[in-house]
Amino acid sequence: MSSNLFVITDQPIRPEEVSDKVKRREAGAITLFLGTVRELTYGKRTLYLEYEAYPTMAVKQFEMIGKEVRERWPDTLVAVTHRVGRLEISDIAVVIAVSSPHRKAAYEANEYVIERIKQIVPIWKKEYGEDGSEWIGDQLNQKTYPEGWPLLEDIPKNDLNHEDE
Amino acid sequence: MSPKGRTICQEGDSVRILCFAHLGEQIGSPTLELELGPMTVAAFVEEFRSRYPYARLDQVMIAVNEQFVEEDHLIEAKDTVALLPPVSGG
Repeated sequence: MSSNLFVITDQPIRPEEVSDKVKRREAGAITLFLGTVRELTYGKRTLYLEYEAYPTMAVKQFEMIGKEVRERWPDTLVAVTHRVGRLEISDIAVVIAVSSPHRKAAYEANEYVIERIKQIVPIWKKEYGEDGSEWIGDQLNQKTYPEGWPLLEDIPKNDLNHEDE
Repeated sequence: MSPKGRTICQEGDSVRILCFAHLGEQIGSPTLELELGPMTVAAFVEEFRSRYPYARLDQVMIAVNEQFVEEDHLIEAKDTVALLPPVSGG
């Protein structure tokens, strides 16, 4: 697959550019997800966000997610663009496009991609609010990590590198 | 290997270390070069903790050359070791 299906950029994202990458004659559906910067999180006001990425590894992780998607939903095609740098309220942080012959797979695969991005893609956001700023990890503390690091149980075994390079 | 994994290094045996999110700020630099002998990831984390006791390493995952690795993976000279706090993209 062409590597520009997966992009980290510091420029505003145009969603149609992402969906165009997965457009093809076999597809009967394209789902397009836009992740946007939310102002209020449980009543707490965000002024703006800053995203940081490990770009080369992030692209590799996106490619791995694309591969996982094709294993689970054959004949889907995924493209992801994630923005880094300063983002204002309502700016688009991430765009995920999935094409598939039929819509069900396109919907399901698209949701799978965003869930996996939140688990294994090295991108972080720093929230600037009225009380200062903080790095957000483990979003909304939905998970706890009693064992401390490393949190490898969250990562499928085949994501791990056992080679000695 | 000693518990800390320290060995005598030759010139140019450094390991490149990338510190992301809060770690870059706590260390004061997003990248470091340390002269470290071959050592496991677990030994590396202990070494890093002793050099930078103020760095918050709980929940941090390690990638070597852009791949997540387990605690017993061996880090060698010229590797790039990334310290990755829990991610929050999307």
